[in-house]
Amino acid sequence: MNVLSPMEVTALLLSLRVAGLAIVVALPLAVLAAWILGRYSFPGKTLFDGLVHLPLVLPPVVIGYILLITMGTKGIIGGWLYQTFGIRLIFTSEGASLAVAVTSFPLMVRAIRLSVEAIDGGLEAAARTLGAGPVDRFFTIVLPLMAPGLLSGAIVAFAAAMGEFGAVITFVSNIPGTTQTLPLAIYAATQEPDGDAVAARLAAISFSVALIALMVSEFLAHRLRRLIGQR
Amino acid sequence: MLDVSIRQTLGRFALDIAFTAEERGVTALFGRSGSGKTSVINAIAGLARPDAGHIRVGGTTYFDSAARVDMAVEKRRVGYVFQDSRLFPHMSVRSNLEFGLRRVPAAERRIAFGPVVDLLGLGHILDRRPLGLSGGEKQRVAFGRALLAQPRLLLMDEPMASLDAARKAEIMPYIERLRDEMNIPIILVSHALDEVVRLATTLVLIGEGRVVAAGPVGTVMGRLDQVSATGSHDVGAVLDLTVDHHVEADGLSVLVFDGGRLTVPRVERPVGAPVRLQIHARDVIVALEPLAGTSLRNTLAGTVVEIAESGPASVDLRIAVGGAFLIARVTRAAARDLELAPGRDVVALVKGVAFETDLTGAGPARVVDV
Repeated sequence: MNVLSPMEVTALLLSLRVAGLAIVVALPLAVLAAWILGRYSFPGKTLFDGLVHLPLVLPPVVIGYILLITMGTKGIIGGWLYQTFGIRLIFTSEGASLAVAVTSFPLMVRAIRLSVEAIDGGLEAAARTLGAGPVDRFFTIVLPLMAPGLLSGAIVAFAAAMGEFGAVITFVSNIPGTTQTLPLAIYAATQEPDGDAVAARLAAISFSVALIALMVSEFLAHRLRRLIGQR
Repeated sequence: MLDVSIRQTLGRFALDIAFTAEERGVTALFGRSGSGKTSVINAIAGLARPDAGHIRVGGTTYFDSAARVDMAVEKRRVGYVFQDSRLFPHMSVRSNLEFGLRRVPAAERRIAFGPVVDLLGLGHILDRRPLGLSGGEKQRVAFGRALLAQPRLLLMDEPMASLDAARKAEIMPYIERLRDEMNIPIILVSHALDEVVRLATTLVLIGEGRVVAAGPVGTVMGRLDQVSATGSHDVGAVLDLTVDHHVEADGLSVLVFDGGRLTVPRVERPVGAPVRLQIHARDVIVALEPLAGTSLRNTLAGTVVEIAESGPASVDLRIAVGGAFLIARVTRAAARDLELAPGRDVVALVKGVAFETDLTGAGPARVVDV
């Protein structure tokens, strides 16, 4: 397949990998946060809600900077990780995943929370009377019924993660083959005197991936809703 | 034995309910909307927590505020049929039915899948999803799902309230079969008198969070205060009789109870079978002596035990007939002229009855002249 140059393939695959890892790791946490926000009232809920949504309104550069000082090898958490496990996040693709996971987390939570709130609490009460405990109910009733929201949340967050720029470049820099995802590669190309054509091709790839992701999301969500008997 | 005694503060009033019921048959909690009926079964199921009191089913204590017992909902083994079915939309009918069943250890499964499917006529819809089912079908699946969870007790919250008359007529016989063929006590919450009169063995009248009257259906329905408690103006006593014999030549059947006998149009029931009738107050004529030369065939001797005003010009009489009661509505003037008062022996002439036992499979009861 010679449609894409090796450099473009590298950037595309890296982007997919960074975003994919970010979503896989963040999704369970997002489900948990959405569940808590959608189902429970507790003191400090507004603060918790605010913290979850903070990455949506903070400048991505600020997120990258916060990660830099906390997760760097000399940061509080990053230093401990490095000393104890030898795990280094800064300047690595895993670090890039962490950055995009943080920025796309609120998107996932919002979509999943909507589907949590849409689940009829009466169905869970019915499952209880039929002998299903909390964990049982979560996997047999709640999870299947929120699958469409879960899926669209994950895919939208994935697409957004593919495009994250500020947090990534601030935290893990712009290293080709390691942290240079599609938007970073586009930025690098625009800095070259004759990089316009390269930037345009990369932009077209970004555009296609985002559009395909959104279409797939809609299609799958529709199929899932039918599968769980909602229309 | 089912023993419920609970107190709970609800929004508008305080719920303070105590009643006991037998291990078999249908106990109906009857009252107007908002009287607290559903709160009672939610407490029995454990979906709501009373402030104080106790709930015991058989030998098991579900709740006892004094002993600090509050068994988890999922451990109580109550089958709950909700007004809105609450079938799981992402599962087939079969998976819905098996949901509770699969959570009961194999050794404790007394009620099997096949017979329940047959009893409720669900064989042809097992592979369908709840979304496409009719209201009546959904409720039948809900009955089956609750039954297959091997419950100690079946709770039904207005199971027919969301159904039209035709669907209701379709569902009623299934509840009768559950009552008669499954040895599980049923608590039915209802605000429809016809359901209660037809299905219940024990009746608990609830008003404003309190028990207004409780006891066998015939006794409670023989009370004069049922109008205020039930909100129904179709006042009538309920009699449980048995088929004594048929008079084939005249197309009649003779039914007996400890207060006498009634001759009614032929019922398709074997001799000895139980038949429940409702006799509306307006279908009872009161006389001081047996009448000669009348077309009325059904004469019951009884004693007036209570008298109460029922309208600007009418009074209702409660008449003891054997161990049962009749209610008669007469004008105030007639009551005065006949000197009707508690202790007065009278003759009650019955001119119409409504069959509450489904004799033909055709559904709702209607008044027939006798």
